[in-house]
Amino acid sequence: MSAKLGIAIARRLGASCVSLVFVVVAVFFITSALPGDVAQSLLGQAATPDAVTALRHNLRLDEPVLLRFANWADGLLHGDFGMSLVSHQSVMSMVHERLLHSLVLAGITTLFAVPTALLLGTFSAIFRNTVFDRCMSVLTLCVVSVPEFLVATLAVLVFAVQLHLLPALASISDIHSIGSFLAAFSMPVTTLGCVIMGQMARMTRAVMVNVLSSSWVEMAVLKGVSPTAIILRHVLPNVVAPLFNVMALSLSYLLGGVVIVESVFHYPGIASLMVDSVASRDIPLVQSCALIFCAAYLLLTTLADVVSLFSAQERSRA
Amino acid sequence: MILALPPLRCLPPFLQAPALLAMLWLLLALIGPWIAPCLPGEVVSSTVFAPMSARHLLGTDYLGRDVLTRLLYGVSSTVLLCAASTAMACGAGAFLGMMAALKRGMTDTLLSRFMDGVISIPSLLSGLVAVATFGSSIPVLVLAMACIYLPGSYRTCRMLALSIVQKDFILAARMRGEKTGYLVLREILPNMAGPVLTDVGLRFIYAVRLLSNLSFLGVGLQPPQTDLGSLTQENLLGLVYGAPAVIAPALAIALLTVGLNLALDGKGRRQ
Repeated sequence: MSAKLGIAIARRLGASCVSLVFVVVAVFFITSALPGDVAQSLLGQAATPDAVTALRHNLRLDEPVLLRFANWADGLLHGDFGMSLVSHQSVMSMVHERLLHSLVLAGITTLFAVPTALLLGTFSAIFRNTVFDRCMSVLTLCVVSVPEFLVATLAVLVFAVQLHLLPALASISDIHSIGSFLAAFSMPVTTLGCVIMGQMARMTRAVMVNVLSSSWVEMAVLKGVSPTAIILRHVLPNVVAPLFNVMALSLSYLLGGVVIVESVFHYPGIASLMVDSVASRDIPLVQSCALIFCAAYLLLTTLADVVSLFSAQERSRA
Repeated sequence: MILALPPLRCLPPFLQAPALLAMLWLLLALIGPWIAPCLPGEVVSSTVFAPMSARHLLGTDYLGRDVLTRLLYGVSSTVLLCAASTAMACGAGAFLGMMAALKRGMTDTLLSRFMDGVISIPSLLSGLVAVATFGSSIPVLVLAMACIYLPGSYRTCRMLALSIVQKDFILAARMRGEKTGYLVLREILPNMAGPVLTDVGLRFIYAVRLLSNLSFLGVGLQPPQTDLGSLTQENLLGLVYGAPAVIAPALAIALLTVGLNLALDGKGRRQ
């Protein structure tokens, strides 16, 4: 690894850290900018002024905002995410198990959706301007344009209601066998997969078309190299870096998809926890969930950039 | 429409189809509530999830209300709210982007860093945080969406303006001693109008997606107001019966977003 590459990666990581700090500050100050008072809205209209004052004191809302931020950020550094206003449990204990569920869902979906999307995109690029490509193009455009919940609703309608292939609702709490595991995860995973595959297939196609129409591929075709050899020997080594980028960027679409899919299927993940906490305006819980999501998103985009820096280096050496 | 057609012809050809489509939706959104056959909150039938009939063209919903009426109101709020926030986001984004490209230096660096920070928060997440803090009223939703889509518009406009600012005619205008306002309005903006309008169209689609998703989750527009997302969500049970109450709003969202996107995408292939 050359010094130049090291500096480039360090700069990228530094930029991500700055973004993370920005996100932490933004999330805190936006959620603290509530006009009126959290204590008042928690206790409702009938609260006596004394009760409101007492609760404000308990929640430390009577302290200046900068001091509250310092306390909160200090807590974050020590893994203390605060207390939920509604359930009075520590946020950490509420988030812990939910996060695990969400990671399982995201992991399984990635394993199944990424290879499928890459294959679909590659085939569209190889057979470009055929009927297959046109159909794929319109289909993926539809998937990326409509809101995620529409894809989810349609998937339930097709796979569960019409075809009776998959169970529409299943609980992940009673998983004993492979059968019940499949039953619980098939529908959310299929739906989430549909949501992210559209974007990924489109971007893969764009990358592949770009390479396939380059002069060196034309040269190989003119030399009479077989199509399989062109794809495997000439094209593939050149698309690894951009494809990694495509993958990480599309996986960040997972986040948006996860929120919808978990809510539609009542999947007990962190996204549905966040939606519930938004509905009940449980600010500490909203803050923590938002931070976790932003951190995950930053991690994925940073990873994509670092990988593409690495492979750009490899290519310039080759 | 006659009034609208002449400016349409002034647009570059690849933008005429999307612009016409957008105008039709806007027209429907403006006159929808006036031509609705019933009142949106009125229970007009004792059958729920009724199929299409002559009396209720799109049947009835889960409470026995007229679906066509509610759909017209839903289209109206979805299109108008998203158009308002897109206009705010892209107006401010274009202005700041052009300013950054013209001034460069500290202004550019600070603005760009800030926008990069905002863009690193996924849109649905910012929407949820905004609603959790300020509640889900119409001004909050519009302003939140405007803030969410501002950085993207800023980036696009800054990139476009940067390539224009280096051209000789800008240099000539600067030598003539033209003011910044003249440069922005008469020299830069007309030369990047095409790509900027395409960007506006895409941001509008994003806004429709975000608002519908929020409303579907129950944290967007609150009853008695409706939009296409909440209409789909409240009639979701009708999916089993294939009721038009759920199919109509879902189809309307698809027509709105996919139609506009196809129209915008078509120009890319022809160019």
